[in-house]
Amino acid sequence: MNVMLFGVAKDIAGVARMQLPEGIATVGALKAWLTTTYPAMQQLNSLMIAVNKAYAADTQAVGITDEIAIIPPVSGG
Amino acid sequence: MNVLLKIETDITIQEALDFIHSPACGGEVVFTGKVRNDTKGRAVDKLFYEAYKEMALLEMQKIADEVASQWDIKKIAMLHAVGEKLPGEVAVVVAVSSVHRGIAFDACEFAIDTLKAKVPIWKKEYFSDGEIK
Repeated sequence: MNVMLFGVAKDIAGVARMQLPEGIATVGALKAWLTTTYPAMQQLNSLMIAVNKAYAADTQAVGITDEIAIIPPVSGG
Repeated sequence: MNVLLKIETDITIQEALDFIHSPACGGEVVFTGKVRNDTKGRAVDKLFYEAYKEMALLEMQKIADEVASQWDIKKIAMLHAVGEKLPGEVAVVVAVSSVHRGIAFDACEFAIDTLKAKVPIWKKEYFSDGEIK
């Protein structure tokens, strides 16, 4: 269970953690999988993904040993 | 530059002030963000703040590094609360000190604006009419 979900992304998926889906090898592929699996995520103003505690570009590779976080629009402050 | 970063259930303005005090600094600027009792005209009972704490602290450190590279700030404190917060309670504090006041205003504004845009912290609003958003 190396994928963590936060904020409204957690509410949409209904889980705080999940395993990286099989066959997903990049950040961009994970975003596409998320918005296909959970269409409500398409309505978010932004959907960022962090890999090992840093924001990651769509081209970045991901695997089951990475700490991955799904980051909907932040709203601190 | 000395840096204090904190994401905890309880934060106080005083601990930020205590940290930034320095006999070398003539200017201290403090921004305090507090929980409001309404959002766009709808009454709010409470907020709940959630953080991806480890990454949030790293992003706050990046902000501190950027401040240090742009301005001659001597000390900076960035504190954010998590958990349930009621109207009037402190949600975030950014405090900076420098020799003179001008750059302290600039650095403090940059730090709170960047914190709100980039640091992975989320608020959930509990409206008086029952909706949670």
